[in-house]
Amino acid sequence: MNQILLSIIKKEFWHILRDPQTLVIILLMPILMLFLFGYAITLEMKDITTVIIDHSKTPHSRQFIEKIRSTDFFNITGFNIPESQIEDIFFRRQARCVLVIPSDFASDLQTEMRTKIQLIIDASDPNAANFINNYFAQLSMRYNNENNPRLAMPFSVEPRIFYNPDLKSDYFFVPGLIAVLILLISALLTSIAIVREKEIGTMEQILVSPVHPVQIIIGKVIPYTILGFIDSILILLVGHFWFGVPVIGSIVFLLFALVIYILTGLSFGLMISTITDSQQMAMMAALLSTILPTIMLSGFIFPIKSMPLIFQYVSKIVPATHFLEIIRGIMLKGNTLLDLKVQLGYLFGLAGLLILVSVRKFSTKLE
Amino acid sequence: MTNSGYTVHVENLTRMFGTFKAVDNVSFQVKPGEIFGFLGANGAGKTTTIRMLCGLLLPTSGKAIVAGYDVYKDTEAIKRHIGYMAQRFSLYEDLTVRENIEFYGGVYGLNRKQIKTKTAELLDYLKLWEHADKLTASLPLGWKQRMALSTALLHNPDLIFLDEPTSGVDPESRRNFWMLIYELSEQGKTIFVTTHFMDEAEYCHRLSIMRDGKIVELDKPQSLKQKYKADTMQDVFMKVVQKVEA
Ligand SMILES: Nc1ncnc2c1ncn2[C@@H]1O[C@H](COP(=O)(O)OP(=O)(O)O)[C@@H](O)[C@H]1O
Ligand SMILES: [Mg+2]
Repeated sequence: MNQILLSIIKKEFWHILRDPQTLVIILLMPILMLFLFGYAITLEMKDITTVIIDHSKTPHSRQFIEKIRSTDFFNITGFNIPESQIEDIFFRRQARCVLVIPSDFASDLQTEMRTKIQLIIDASDPNAANFINNYFAQLSMRYNNENNPRLAMPFSVEPRIFYNPDLKSDYFFVPGLIAVLILLISALLTSIAIVREKEIGTMEQILVSPVHPVQIIIGKVIPYTILGFIDSILILLVGHFWFGVPVIGSIVFLLFALVIYILTGLSFGLMISTITDSQQMAMMAALLSTILPTIMLSGFIFPIKSMPLIFQYVSKIVPATHFLEIIRGIMLKGNTLLDLKVQLGYLFGLAGLLILVSVRKFSTKLE
Repeated sequence: MTNSGYTVHVENLTRMFGTFKAVDNVSFQVKPGEIFGFLGANGAGKTTTIRMLCGLLLPTSGKAIVAGYDVYKDTEAIKRHIGYMAQRFSLYEDLTVRENIEFYGGVYGLNRKQIKTKTAELLDYLKLWEHADKLTASLPLGWKQRMALSTALLHNPDLIFLDEPTSGVDPESRRNFWMLIYELSEQGKTIFVTTHFMDEAEYCHRLSIMRDGKIVELDKPQSLKQKYKADTMQDVFMKVVQKVEA
């Protein structure tokens, strides 16, 4: 390999190893965050107190209610109360959502493509409300697929729900969290790595040497890919052994997809580092620009299909959107890489594009 | 590549930061093998000038040919032909002396074997063998500066830019550092050095005095002393400043 590149890589490893404190933080922070948020969400997002008002009172509606009862997500605490009491129930925190099954539920299910059903959610905690909404959307979509004779192909709408037969909420949230954390940590790693050299002045010495920006950038990416990979494996181990998310598909596929996803995050961090001048700014930029879109636009909280069209397009350039499909596909469904080639293609494309932009934006001048 | 016979050839070079002229229309030439000094108080524009000559900053206007290459077009060629020691210590404090040297050896494209011999050579030269595997951060500044100089020489450049290499260093280390500069000069290298120490100005073959971005004097130290009827460069500097302010 190119001697210059090799020297940069080696130097980068020295930096990493000489700073054990930071290394420990890098390795432990994501795991801690996974525990913290994982628990916060799954504790919070379990046993959602629910009141059901069944106007239909048919075998179909009872079957649907049984479905809901069988999940660990909804906990049915009340039944067929007068609708005038709904507000009162929210006010006294006796339930977090109320499900109203209309009287034409059974007939709609047989004759219409869509079957209307009303879910009233206490949105005083908007994030939780979104989770409830998203979760319920998945569940009802599945029910509709199974029981609506007009939807002949049960796999066409949202197949992934089929592979979480118990609709366990951990399975639903933990992969999303993993996607957020991996992107965050990889973007942080590289954004700081370059800005730090600008800040302490060592970049000036590198810039008067005949090193090409590609060498600097690749030289930074390789060591941090390895570090990010170790990090991600730790996160996955916790996700699997602690939160019990299964890996039905091939671990090799998962690791492969992981590398691509990490590369996307690292190249995103690189891009940040070429446009910021201080470590603090880089860190803030990495935090804001990874966490928010990943949570809001990737399908982690809001189902993509229910977003306004413009956001559906935006979600395509959010790496986590594709990784979420990949990780859920491999872990929960046993998808192969071939099934996920579109998503992998997106990630490859995004990583390549970001690296290209970084190299072009990387200034060999001081200003 | 342009050849004017000068190692550095600058005409009407200007650099603005916003509306502020950090370097204001300076012209000078540096001959091969010369020790050329840039004297001036803090903020005079020395670093900005050096950075433009090294290809680190684009000039706002004017012309500069360094080692035969144009600073606008051929910065990559310039980088291969010059050595540069920045004003701020810019080697890695968290790497050992040896690792820093090896790293820059690699960056300048030396192969494994060359790096090995060059490292040994430099450690000999710097008398740093016993500290070779200590972190750079633990060395006194005088040694760091010598180390920075030697890494700037790894690729054997003929033209070396030193930006205040002795600021913050004790007098003895300063003398030692200037011995190194003289050795390099004897090897035929051209040295471009900035300083704000008046006594060091005496060591230069030729010297320009910079103030507020302009070059206000440029001559041999001896000639300047005669011109201003002064005994020391300190005197010369004071008189030049008085003349400019008058
Ligand atoms: N990047 C910059 N942006 C704005 N002003 C600058 C910048 N770099 C230097 N300057 C200003 O230009 C002037 C000359 O600075 P410099 O070349 O560093 O002087 P010297 O090296 O002689 O101390 C100073 O007033 C300094 O504040
Ligand atoms: Mg300076």
